[in-house]
Amino acid sequence: MNIYRAHILVCNGEKCNSQNAQAIYDEFKTQIKKNKLEEELTVVQTGCIDQCSQGPVVIIYPSGVIYTMVRIEDVTEIVTEHIIRGNVVNRLLGGENINLDSVIKSLDQVDFFKRQVRIALRNCGVINPESIEEYIAYDGYQALAKVLTGMTPEQVIEVVKESGLRGRGGAGFPTGVKWEFTARAKGDQKYVCCNADEGDPGAFMDRSILEGDPHSVIEAMTIAGFAVDSNQGYIYVRAEYPIAVKRLNIAIAQAKEHGLLGKDIFGTGFNFDLEIRLGAGAFVCGEETALMTSIEGKRGEPRPRPPFPAVKGLWQKPTLLNNVESYANIPAIILKGAQWFSSIGSEKSKGTKVFAVGGKIQNTGLVEIPIGTTLREVVYEIGGGIPNGKEFKAAQIGGPSGGCIPASHVDVAIDYNSLVQLGAMMGSGGLIIMDEDTCMVDLAKFFLEFTADESCGKCPPCRIGTKRMLEILQRITDGKGTAEDIDKLEILAKNIRVSALCGLGQSAPNPILSTLRYFRNEYMAHIQDKKCLAGVCKSLMQYVINAEACRSCGICSRVCPAGCIKGEKNVPYVIDQTKCIKCGACMEKCPFKAIYKNA
Amino acid sequence: MKSIAELNQIKKDALARISGNNGFRVMVGMATCGIAAGAKPVFNTLAEEIKQRELSNVDLTITGCIGSCRLEPLVEVIDPLGRRVTYAKVDPQKAARIVAEHIVNGRICLDYTIGAALSAPN
Repeated sequence: MNIYRAHILVCNGEKCNSQNAQAIYDEFKTQIKKNKLEEELTVVQTGCIDQCSQGPVVIIYPSGVIYTMVRIEDVTEIVTEHIIRGNVVNRLLGGENINLDSVIKSLDQVDFFKRQVRIALRNCGVINPESIEEYIAYDGYQALAKVLTGMTPEQVIEVVKESGLRGRGGAGFPTGVKWEFTARAKGDQKYVCCNADEGDPGAFMDRSILEGDPHSVIEAMTIAGFAVDSNQGYIYVRAEYPIAVKRLNIAIAQAKEHGLLGKDIFGTGFNFDLEIRLGAGAFVCGEETALMTSIEGKRGEPRPRPPFPAVKGLWQKPTLLNNVESYANIPAIILKGAQWFSSIGSEKSKGTKVFAVGGKIQNTGLVEIPIGTTLREVVYEIGGGIPNGKEFKAAQIGGPSGGCIPASHVDVAIDYNSLVQLGAMMGSGGLIIMDEDTCMVDLAKFFLEFTADESCGKCPPCRIGTKRMLEILQRITDGKGTAEDIDKLEILAKNIRVSALCGLGQSAPNPILSTLRYFRNEYMAHIQDKKCLAGVCKSLMQYVINAEACRSCGICSRVCPAGCIKGEKNVPYVIDQTKCIKCGACMEKCPFKAIYKNA
Repeated sequence: MKSIAELNQIKKDALARISGNNGFRVMVGMATCGIAAGAKPVFNTLAEEIKQRELSNVDLTITGCIGSCRLEPLVEVIDPLGRRVTYAKVDPQKAARIVAEHIVNGRICLDYTIGAALSAPN
């Protein structure tokens, strides 16, 4: 095979050919022959190289220079200047060669990223999660080394307390205080547990940390073991997270191999071991007492508190239980200090919080923001606003246990206290953005369906109460609600809140109470006017064909799965409302936008 | 692990490998979200192209969730000078071109970058 000094690539795509690319190719051949360069150069016709607007396109390798809008007269200059003399012909360089610095090339230049502060997610997307060496390269296990070789358990607890870190699983209990309670509890054996039973619909912060940076959780749990005097830890993770489980297993094996788990870590005589326990995906197992019952091998049901886990937890022994994200903050706090951490965030809530932002928003994804960032910044600056020019209506924060924040409060600074004042809660980090097309009664019904389904059934307020609330909501969305239904909902909700056994039941009414607080008018419209203002509740809306706009093309009739649209040429089509299943297929397909929702 | 010195030695070696090998580091976001969006065939194509072209200066690795769900699969290329380029919505075809254009010929595929993806309609 001949090895050429240079390759001249001439685009042979359709668009370039329509602009004389074939003649340009022939001209290159001729010129090269004329200059006796056949041995050194080859001319190649390529397929379309996707620069059609700039065609005809010529690329010269090895330098990879792209010449655009080349005319046949330019060929001589390219050959004599570029090929023979080695000078790039600047005037033929196209748009691709414009100032590269002005183009956004990497993630850290994008608004979505620039506004974030990454502590818990510091290694996610940076290191290979299956390599302990890469974790170590980015200061991994340095915090553990610092703790074991130079600090007392009391000092460690003091740093965590001073940092102001609060539980990231939802309730927001101060982490350092929890560590102190467990450390002070008397017991021959203590346990350190990690709650990775992430169950909120739409939340995936914990999964991302376990999949992207499993060693940070292992390191933090080992530090916690030292602080509370425990030598055994358990990570309780959902079996539905197979990749997280796989990477955790790899990480634990690597840590053991490197002597970062096991006996005599750093030669200090401190022992700590870690095991994974898989959950079968029951939402209630994210509740701490149910989680520990499940680790013990029993049916995952909660029990009354007190005694709190710090006193009597796993197998009746003092147990420290923290969420994945809380742990992921610990190594950074130890290394950089409590002052550094408490300088981030708001006055009463320190540090950052990871949110899984989803719903009707441009930039869905995982974001880590300083606590105290306003909802407006999250929605409009990081999130990029609402798609399709729609209006922001509300955000559901904290999943099925949380509440909604209406657009009127979009300037709220997101922290533990301000959210509680608004009737919502920080929760684990699910943040679902809703636009004007969301029906808030339907939203409450969605979350109630979830909690009623996930109720473990141990206590009647939750088992029966959520069911009754769901029935009332169903009635209202069916257009069969009565004025008393709202009172009944409120009484039930308030009673369940105070009487249910665990957090699942106690927080189950929150979506109802918060939507009632801000969107009572929507409930009233469903009940009194039999209207769903957002056009979501199927019983309260109809698809209707506008006879004037209909051109009788018949497309709607063909796509209708229920076969309920009839018509004929020159006569507007009509939907048989008794048979319509309200799927919306006709409206989506109508080329003349003649079909609309009548709410 | 018996001492901090041992830990620091691992750190030094790993850092040298990650940033000082005078080559490219290519990272594919392969958490559940990335894999669901099609990161596996992208990773395989990158590996295949790198092998076929016998590129010894490329460190291809998986990484966790980079965070921007709607732009997955995401591929990040860090060149020997430490310059970072993020490619969005990568498929196997794009992956092959990224190796050929960016890594072999040093020309960033501007039309695949995150900037291009963000300015395109959803």
